[in-house]
Amino acid sequence: MTKAELVDKVSQKIDLNRKETEVIVNSFFDCITQALSDGKKVELRGFGGFRVKKRKPRTGRNPKSGEKVTVPEKNVPFFKAGKELRNLVNKS
Amino acid sequence: MVKTSIVDYIYEKIGHPRKLAAISVEEIINSIKETLANGENIQIVGFGRFNLRKKNERTGRDPATGEEITISARQVLTFKPSRQLKDAVLRRVRNKNKFRCNNNIKP
Repeated sequence: MTKAELVDKVSQKIDLNRKETEVIVNSFFDCITQALSDGKKVELRGFGGFRVKKRKPRTGRNPKSGEKVTVPEKNVPFFKAGKELRNLVNKS
Repeated sequence: MVKTSIVDYIYEKIGHPRKLAAISVEEIINSIKETLANGENIQIVGFGRFNLRKKNERTGRDPATGEEITISARQVLTFKPSRQLKDAVLRRVRNKNKFRCNNNIKP
């Protein structure tokens, strides 16, 4: 399913036109993105949680030249499915 | 952050009745759940994709007793963040470091 299909589906359920529904759906994902970039956790009951994981700085190697390079500390987004969703998915 | 914060955010953005924002959030989550339950992957451009992966049966160990047990075949959900989402989260580190350097304030 793509975002357009999600908009269609939600639009039918909430009885609102596609254009306005798209603004809502976009806001939904923007809001999660913003919260994560602020370093906050996002918890959606019955679905799962988004959070930011910290990766320590490490020394890597340039695969081409074999030179050592330092990879700086970084943050990566991470999602963990909730118990309900895990069970739902496992049944299908 | 929890669901109500997202509802407030949407409510402020669109100015529709707050109830509609609340129902919308619920329906977005339900639609995603339904689709995944039907075994279909979801791709949201600019956010990421939810992929279903099949895992084969394997033998593991009960960490408490050390007993060997069979872990049944199952389907699991993975999330792969898009480049935009990764960058949004990554930028925070850079901003924070910049802030620290310029202002000499402990984070």
